[in-house]
Amino acid sequence: MKHILSALVLNRPGVLAHVAGMFAARAFNIDSLAVGRTDDPTLSRMTIVILGDDKVVEQVRKQLMKIVEVVKVQDFVGQDVVARDLMLLSVACTPEKRPEILALIEMFNGKVVDIGAKFVMVEVAGPESKVEAFIESCRPYGIKSIVRTGTVAMARQPRTKSEE
Amino acid sequence: MSKNNNHPNETIYKPGSQVIVDMLLEQGVEVMFGYLGGVVLPLFDKLYDAPIKFVIPRHEQGGCHMADAYARATGKTGVVIATSGPGATNLTTGLATAMMDSVPLVAITGQVRTSLIGNDAFQEADTTGITRPITKHNVIVKDPNTLAQTIREAFHIAGNGRPGPVLIDIPVDMQLAECPIPPKTEIELPGFKVKSRGHGRQIAAAVAAINDSKKPVLYVGGGCIISGASEALRAVAQKANIPVTTTLMATGAYDQSRPESLDMLGMHGSAYANYAVQYADVLISVGARFDDRVTGKLDTFAPSAKIIHIDLDPANIGKNVHVDIPVVGDAREVLEEMIDGLEHRPRKEWFEQIAAWKSKHPFMYDKKTDVIKPQYVIEEVCRQTHGDAIITTGVGQHQMWAAQFYKYSKPRQFITSGGLGTMGFGLPSAIGAQVAFPDRTVIDIDGDSSFNMTLTELSTAAMYNLPVKVAILNNGFMGMVRQWQELFYHGRYSQSSLKNPNFADVAEALGCVGITVKKKKDVPGAVEKMLAETRPCVVDFHVDPTENVWPMVPAGKSLHEMDGLDIFEMA
Repeated sequence: MKHILSALVLNRPGVLAHVAGMFAARAFNIDSLAVGRTDDPTLSRMTIVILGDDKVVEQVRKQLMKIVEVVKVQDFVGQDVVARDLMLLSVACTPEKRPEILALIEMFNGKVVDIGAKFVMVEVAGPESKVEAFIESCRPYGIKSIVRTGTVAMARQPRTKSEE
Repeated sequence: MSKNNNHPNETIYKPGSQVIVDMLLEQGVEVMFGYLGGVVLPLFDKLYDAPIKFVIPRHEQGGCHMADAYARATGKTGVVIATSGPGATNLTTGLATAMMDSVPLVAITGQVRTSLIGNDAFQEADTTGITRPITKHNVIVKDPNTLAQTIREAFHIAGNGRPGPVLIDIPVDMQLAECPIPPKTEIELPGFKVKSRGHGRQIAAAVAAINDSKKPVLYVGGGCIISGASEALRAVAQKANIPVTTTLMATGAYDQSRPESLDMLGMHGSAYANYAVQYADVLISVGARFDDRVTGKLDTFAPSAKIIHIDLDPANIGKNVHVDIPVVGDAREVLEEMIDGLEHRPRKEWFEQIAAWKSKHPFMYDKKTDVIKPQYVIEEVCRQTHGDAIITTGVGQHQMWAAQFYKYSKPRQFITSGGLGTMGFGLPSAIGAQVAFPDRTVIDIDGDSSFNMTLTELSTAAMYNLPVKVAILNNGFMGMVRQWQELFYHGRYSQSSLKNPNFADVAEALGCVGITVKKKKDVPGAVEKMLAETRPCVVDFHVDPTENVWPMVPAGKSLHEMDGLDIFEMA
């Protein structure tokens, strides 16, 4: 089963190596790992997608907590989360194919960020399933290159009574 | 802000090398181990005048094991220093050893100057990269402003929570720079919080389960020694009337002369401990981590027991076995909180059953033979030291026999590499323990192969007049490997026999006393001579090369499926 872990870590050199090294040393499978600064410049947020049963993921969470630079770890399983991947995709696109491909991009709420005589570069963000579906839809035209961030995620705030 | 003002609330500035020494003194460091090199010269220059006893090993690995054993013997944090590059890489075996056995250690390594880092400079190695998986924490100091606090934090992390080694890599320019010493304050690390008090409801659940049990067993690990839980453990076991088995790492945590002691469990544990665990209805694990050498086949480990797991490290709980009642907390504190609620139960049948196992399957060996049995040497050492010596070991058969046949009564009396299984640990660790306790008898019960790995440290013992004793159980083999080859590889002794030097001659050449014993009748006299010796002394006992460690739970078998019990009955 897929779990999304969100770890707050100190923004220091070597922390990523420590976390990644722990995963390798303990034979945990990382599906994706995204790192970025938070509003507090001393802290970074790591969003880690891992595959494994609950026992494995619980062990991952505990092992992460043992790393001194790791401040907090949340497992989003069972929570209402917004999870998004960002992708840049360059697809082969001759002028004749443009209308067709642009319609496709429109359908996925994508954005054209670069265009040439033989290609178009698209930015697509969304849940992983949407990003995957866009890739499949582009495949027949000829994908030139793909860059993906891996999943980032945030839990939705629990709603108060009045909001419901 | 004025410089070099000693007012406690003001920041003062000193060269980094002096700051390191000041911080070590602030932490109460009395003894250090380590080896010089180019990029630690500024630090050693300041150590020249410092009131810290310094011990130079012959190899950094030896120094690291010495600092480790100093920590294990005293409970204080050990300190080792090495230079950059090869000095640092030579520490790795020692750091991994300390990591696996949760030993508080601070390692300081020199590093090339910050402007050269990454340039493949002379004696440069990525020390923090190399040691990251084998330290509890490590850090490289690249900003003079952080040096002092980094050292304080290193000691805080090494010694608190589940202890472990912390490495600080200090480039030579940081040692030369003017560094501030901020006033000492409470250390606040957002990612390092230790909860030592167990959860009240969990403790109550554990107490209730124990009170309801008919066949409980206390399964005690090294955490009990680290937390100083022996007294609390004794109180719990005796009040509630529970038999106690100790892991290799917990040897000495429970007085083995007590009737409720089941001695060691596991692969080479006692038959009665292993049977008791397999038949238990409640297993109370305290500061142990269900290591594969303890549990045997996991699926059938303690099959009918409700498992209570008390451990300071949450990651240990549920890692290997399903736990019914987890209690995250310090072993001593949790046990102390349990005492009041526990009720005495006679458990007559349970103790009768255990007594029957004990009388049927004690640790045994052939006492009638004319050859020297290794177990006999250990029993003789135990008899003549009244079970009161500090015993260190290498790794292998001799280590298991030292655990089985010496009878321990106190914590921190048995110093061994349990988790990593580091051959060569015996001699340097004996030196470290002897430095900690100059007046106590410290004996390295070693194997010939283990001893060969670090025997160069005899020079260290001689240089500092440390009267360590080494009793080599010399069977001319890597004994444990030979045993496995005999049992599982059809007696094909591939590369497991050694041509040893004359160890007594080596000892003499390195400034120690050397004795060789080839006849059984000479054993008691040689032990007596060894114990009386004021210089470091090596006794090379030529023991039966065919002797095996029994009983044995073959890898992958259940704890009750022990081999070698019939051999006992024949003997």
